Amino acid sequence: MKVTLRVWRQPGPDAAGEMVSYEVEDVTPEMSFLEVLDTLNERLILDGSEPVAFDHDCREGICGACGVVINGQAHGPERTTACQLHMRSFADGDVIDVEPWRAAAFPVVKDLVVDRSAFDRIIGAGGYITAPTGSAPDAHATPVPKPAAETAFEHAECIGCGACVAACPNGSAMLFTAAKVVHLGALPQGAPERESRVLDMIGRMDDEGFGGCTNTGECAVACPKGIPLQAISSLNREFLRAARKSA
Amino acid sequence: MPRALLTVTVMALTTKSASKPTDGKRAPGKPAPAPDRPKRYPPSLPALLWHSTVGKKTVLAVTGLIMVGYLVAHLVGNLKIFFGAEEFNSYGHWLRTLGGPVLHYEWALWMIRVVLVAAVVLHGVTAYQLSRRDIAARPVAYVHKRRRASYATRTMRWGGVILGLFVVWHILDLTTLTVNENAETGHPYENTVATFSTWYGNTIYITAMVALGLHLRHGFWSAVQTLGAASPARERALRVVTDTSALVLTCGFISIPVAVMTGVVN
Repeated sequence: MKVTLRVWRQPGPDAAGEMVSYEVEDVTPEMSFLEVLDTLNERLILDGSEPVAFDHDCREGICGACGVVINGQAHGPERTTACQLHMRSFADGDVIDVEPWRAAAFPVVKDLVVDRSAFDRIIGAGGYITAPTGSAPDAHATPVPKPAAETAFEHAECIGCGACVAACPNGSAMLFTAAKVVHLGALPQGAPERESRVLDMIGRMDDEGFGGCTNTGECAVACPKGIPLQAISSLNREFLRAARKSA
Repeated sequence: MPRALLTVTVMALTTKSASKPTDGKRAPGKPAPAPDRPKRYPPSLPALLWHSTVGKKTVLAVTGLIMVGYLVAHLVGNLKIFFGAEEFNSYGHWLRTLGGPVLHYEWALWMIRVVLVAAVVLHGVTAYQLSRRDIAARPVAYVHKRRRASYATRTMRWGGVILGLFVVWHILDLTTLTVNENAETGHPYENTVATFSTWYGNTIYITAMVALGLHLRHGFWSAVQTLGAASPARERALRVVTDTSALVLTCGFISIPVAVMTGVVN
């Protein structure tokens, strides 16, 4: 297979960027999308050019490090992460546009790398539980009802990749924040901080410059982990409940 | 940014794991900026709602639902036009004597008007502020364009502006009768027929009602989602209720100019 990548190249955070075309040959259908970028970078390095900067880590679809917008879709055409997207999803001769996540809260660092520390700060505002961290607690010391465990697991799948923000026309972090709030709120361990968590995390989310939710549903479609759109409704419910109780 | 470290940090923070020490290591890069929000606890409920995107959306949703409620009552009243001039005009008169003899002539009507104006203003202001925020949150568009979301979803903002302008025309036409050439105070039936006997009256009205249907299709469901009433179990039922009510309201309102045009009402 031979494909043409049109990649966003931007030397630094404040530099101007542009789409640059590269032809990549010897692409096989089994290759992951990141391996195509690796192949391109090997050639660029041999040519003495600057390789394309992109984030990646586990390459197993579980860490959330990789993430680029491929042909206008976060993580590309399959419902997975860019590292688990394989070239069999494309055809020989395809022209593929590769862009970084676009959001005011995710400034471009270089090429396809964006600074997602706004997510860390949302987590820091309340995405945790307070518990003694000495020895491991006894199993089943705190009973967790089965439905609560299921809800928590479903939302704990969020890997914080930022595809929801990238896909949202408003650059909103509602699905990410909702995943954390619903995950922790479903568990008895999360109950003591239930109100402060949602108020602080939404406050932080707003301060970081993320947009609001207009219920377009783009985030849930882009999410490689399938966090459901209704998580946002649950987040709104939690916010209104906390606002009533603490105001 | 080393995302693995972040993931580990998140795991340490979000699970009750005892083995992961929080050694103060945080992802390098920019330090967390000082919170610019006033940390006043407890904040008052209006302040909390007004200063947060979710709170503003709550205002948007509640004012929207007030208007949907009004539209239902308005449509039920309007459909009385199919039962003749006498019934429709006496209904118009009843609206003015509503609440009597406790309330003076037109007092109840003015109370409803005050609530509606407040709802329209708050709906418009919050929508404008949220839209400004949303546009600022996505300063750079993607080079690769892809059609996003449904037509109803994409036209919420300008559709809302169209509806606002329509309401102004509608009031000038059938409430104050300023722009209705053949209008007579106290004869709503005849005035309505006069409006829908002109090509521009029909065009403006039907266009606006289609815009209303699209706005409601996304807006009604969106309000339910914003108020936290949506859930996976209710999703299908909610969609049916919101889509049906958007369709019924649109068709109901459009039936009146169509009836005048076809001579059913004259």
